[in-house]
Formats: sequence, C-alpha cells, structure tokens
Amino acid sequence: MSLLAASKLSVHFGGVKAVQEVSFTVREGEVFSIVGPNGAGKTTIFNLVSRIYDTTHGSIVFAGQDITQIATHKVAELGIARTFQNTELFERETVLNNLLIGCHIHRKTSLLEELFFLPSVKRQELKFREAVEDVIDLLDLQSYRDKIIGSLPYGVRKMVEIARALCTRPKLLLLDEPSSGLNPEETEDLSFWLEDINQDLGITIIMVEHDMNLVSQASHRVMALADGQLITIGSPQEVQSHPQVLRAYLGD
Amino acid sequence: MRYIRKTSYLQDIRLVQHRGHLLWYGLALLVVFTGPLWLDRYLVGEFALVFIYAIAGLGLMLLVGYTGLVSLGHAAFLAIGAYTHAYLLNLGVPLPVAMFAASLFSALVGGLVGIPTLRMTGIYLAVATLAFAVIVEQVLVHWESVTGGFRGMAVPKPEFLGLDISSPAAFYFLCLAILLGSMVLVMNLLRSPTGRAMTAVRDSETSAESMGVNLARTKVLVFALSAAFTGLAGALFAHRLSYLAPDAFTLITSIQLLLMVVVGGLGSLHGVIFGAIFIGLLPQGIAIFRDAAPTAVAQIPGLEPAIFGAMLILVLIYEPLGIYGRWCKIRLFFEEFPLYRKSTYKRQKSFLRTERLH
Repeated sequence: MSLLAASKLSVHFGGVKAVQEVSFTVREGEVFSIVGPNGAGKTTIFNLVSRIYDTTHGSIVFAGQDITQIATHKVAELGIARTFQNTELFERETVLNNLLIGCHIHRKTSLLEELFFLPSVKRQELKFREAVEDVIDLLDLQSYRDKIIGSLPYGVRKMVEIARALCTRPKLLLLDEPSSGLNPEETEDLSFWLEDINQDLGITIIMVEHDMNLVSQASHRVMALADGQLITIGSPQEVQSHPQVLRAYLGD
Repeated sequence: MRYIRKTSYLQDIRLVQHRGHLLWYGLALLVVFTGPLWLDRYLVGEFALVFIYAIAGLGLMLLVGYTGLVSLGHAAFLAIGAYTHAYLLNLGVPLPVAMFAASLFSALVGGLVGIPTLRMTGIYLAVATLAFAVIVEQVLVHWESVTGGFRGMAVPKPEFLGLDISSPAAFYFLCLAILLGSMVLVMNLLRSPTGRAMTAVRDSETSAESMGVNLARTKVLVFALSAAFTGLAGALFAHRLSYLAPDAFTLITSIQLLLMVVVGGLGSLHGVIFGAIFIGLLPQGIAIFRDAAPTAVAQIPGLEPAIFGAMLILVLIYEPLGIYGRWCKIRLFFEEFPLYRKSTYKRQKSFLRTERLH
C-alpha cells in the first residue's frame, strides 16, 4: 500500500524549473532513497512534501489525504517529520528541550492550564519526558541530554535532529542527507539505527543521500533525479548501473 | 561544584530544582519582604518602581528574549494599561477589577498589533511597533474626552476593600505581590509546551513550523501575553505617577524598556530583575553622582541618556548576555574555584546555518 504518492510534481521559481513532473510512490514500511547530483531537486522535493514550498503543479497524497495545500504546521500532525540538510535545531536550548518540542503536536493542554501549571500539564510533561527518554535510549544520546545544542559536535547534532523528528511519532520520516558531516564510523552506526527505526518502530523513511554505500545498504528502492527530472526508480543495484544515472553523475 | 543526582523526571519540572535554589531565593525573598523595615521611605518608593519595571520587563522578555521579536512600542502598552486602569477607577470600578481589565484590554490590543506584524522580523518589526507607539501617543493627546489630552488625568489613590494602599510600604507590597504572581505565571508558561514553542520560533522558524508549531498563533499569543503583563505594569505605573499625561509614555520609555531586557540579559528571567534594578536605580545613581562630582561635570546636560546609551553599547559589545551573563560567569568562577577557565564562555563561530527561507 502506498503511504505517499506524488504525481506530476512541479515547482518553478520564476524561470527556474527546480522540479519537473516528478511522480513517485512510497510504500508503507520501506526505505526510499533519493539520489542525484547537486541541484537535482532532491531537497526541493522534501520541501514540497513538508509544505515549506508551494507546489506549482501536481499533487501530493499522504495516507489517502491530499496534502498539496495544507498549512505547513499541519504536516507534522499528520505524521510527517523531517530533518534538515545542515541541521535546524533550536541552538540555544538543551537537547532535552529540543526533543520535547518534538512532542509539541501531542499537547492537549490549553494556555490557561499551562499558565497555572495544573496537574494536567504536569502529567503531560511527564508523559512527554518518558517518550523523549525512549528516543534518547534508542539513539544513545544519554550523555548529551542537558547540553546546549550550540556546544555539540556536528555528528551529535545530526542525531539529535533525527531524535527530535522521532519524538513527533511520525509515520513517515524525511531525512535530508543524514550522513553528511559524519565520519565513517558514525555513518555505519547510522545505517544500523535507520534499520532499527524502520523495522522496530515501523516508520517509513525517505532519505536524500550521497553516500552510495549507505544507500545500497539501507534502502529498498532508490529514485534518481537530475536537473529536476526523474531518471529512474528501482532497486539500488538497478539504479547504480542505469546508463542515464551514470551519465548524470559522470557526464558524457 | 554541585552535582545533582536525578532520580525522577519531576526534578527537571519543579521550579525549585535543588536546595541551593531554596536557600538563595529564600534569602532574596526575605530581603525584599523585609525591605520596608530597613529601607529609607524614599527608597521604598523607588523599589516599587523597580518592581513595576520588572513586571513590564517580564512581558517584554517573553517577546524579545524568548520569542525573538523586537518591540520598540511597549510604552504604548504601558500607556494603555495605565489609562484604562485610571479611567475605570474614576468610574468607581474596584481596583483588582480595573487592573485585570487594564491588562486584558492591553492584551487585546497587543494581539491585534501582533496580526499585521506576523511576517515581519528584526528591524522591520521594530519600526512597525514604533509606528504603533506613535499612534497610541497621538490618540492619548487627541482623545480628550477619555484621556484628558495634554491636561492629563488624575489617578485615584489605590484602595482595596476599604483599605488605603497608597502609603509607600503598602504600595511596595502590592507591586511585589503582583510581580511574584506574574513571575510564577511566566515560569509556568516557560516550562510548558507553549513556552517551548516560543523558543523554537526564536531559534528557527522553519523547523519550528515543521515540528507542528503554529507560527501565526504563537506570535499573536506572545504579543498578547507580552502586552498583558506590560499593561498590568502600566496600571501600577499609573498609581506611581498619580497624574497621567501623554509625555510619560514616549519613545524614550519604550527604549528604556527594551534597554532593560537587553542589559539584563536576553532569554532569562534573572535578566528581567537585573535589568529592572538597573533601569530603576540608575537615575538615582546618576543623581548621587551629580551631587558628588565637581560642578563642571555635574552640570553637563543630558548626562542620563548619554550614560544609558554608553551602557547599552558596552553591554552589546562585551556581554551580549547582559548582566545575567556576567552573573553566570562569576558564579561559575566560584563554583569551580580555582579551576575556572576563562575560555568556557568564549563565543564560537559556527558556519552551519542553513540558507534561510525568508
């Protein structure tokens, strides 16, 4: 069953056609990778799915619901969480507070309850904290819990961002270059974690990735893009040996 | 060094996190509660003003320090609170009701101002709020039937349940009680989802939105809350002035309020208190200095704004986290003595920012 279906997706910025008529479907439970040279439109597709950009033509359907026009902040509530290419964490806050913001969409308390910190708010905070601790456990972030983001190394920030996305309890996780800036060891850990997230938590993953090892290790299917156009969708091996993909990367 | 053993999640939620807090904040409370006993009558009045500034500062800190939105128009909310309060008192409304109404009306106006400014940040927002303050100032001048225009408007003496609370000590306690109440509300807010949403908006709008934070709602809400606290402070300020006139709520007042949160330390409630003490007592300090200094120095006109300005510049250059930042360093120095390393707080340059979408 398809969780996300994009059909004839296009976005134009003035004369620049960043994405042109790209159609793809992502099945529930799979790891779907998007590859392509710089400027191929990979991140743009993420920004379309998470509604940061408006789609010019085409439609995006998530779990049977058309999300092409919904408000940006509603996307998380539907169950789509994302990370950013260069990390967009709340830098002056602790790791813990960053992760707690991931729980924001599950809040049920009103402003008045919060101003007086009624027992309902306290209970909710404890519940959030437990959910956050589960994610901290999963991704081994215990030692960073009370650290300010601004003081953390880049590799840890990347993981905190994935953790924050997981705290929203998403159905679909969009990872924008999760391995960029990680050393080989961290990248290897990442591939195990991706497997855990995908299989144990049952979260469907779409990732933009340049590291072909990681892509072929972790993903079920791969979509290759070049200059905003779809080249092919297939298994990692098929895509890697596809002549047009080779041409896109290496030139004629 | 203090190491805190954590055995329950509640420890991170409580307002008083460990015994040290209890001791030091308890002592601080003791000092302020016994203030009128050992303070000079004149200074009691001055400290009441410090409390009033602190209440307004709480409101402005929510907006500037926690949500990252600048306002150069908070004198307007102070004025709205003060005039609403005085107007209602003159109609015979009891003090608590008038005060609540003043705060609520200010919040309403704050929310309305928040809506058109949703898409603005930084300098544009500062200019927009400045424009709003100018409009309010003009309204105060020209809506004579309500505000009395330039003639001004008398503020009845504060009175509650037949009790006269206009003596400096009674007014001191009234301001203190309202300040403490407001602080608890703000601290509660900051440890719940709405408070976190505010800091999220400050640090990265894009990712806050992707985490499901409704930007528009959060910003309008913060504007309203900020105006509510400032309006409340305005109501008390009216009693302090005892006669309202538009020239008490000018651009200078707005700048002083902003100066208070910046010098105190953006993004901390300690900063509000430090800033309020700074703003409230510096004029006295300058006056004392004028008395002591040689005549040639003491008679320089405009010494006060010059010193305020110089302080702001120095703080921005050398201590961007304000007095609170300096406070943290001094505290760490003693906690880690003799192992304090100067570079602990060295600012690092980072080159990791995503290209902004706005």
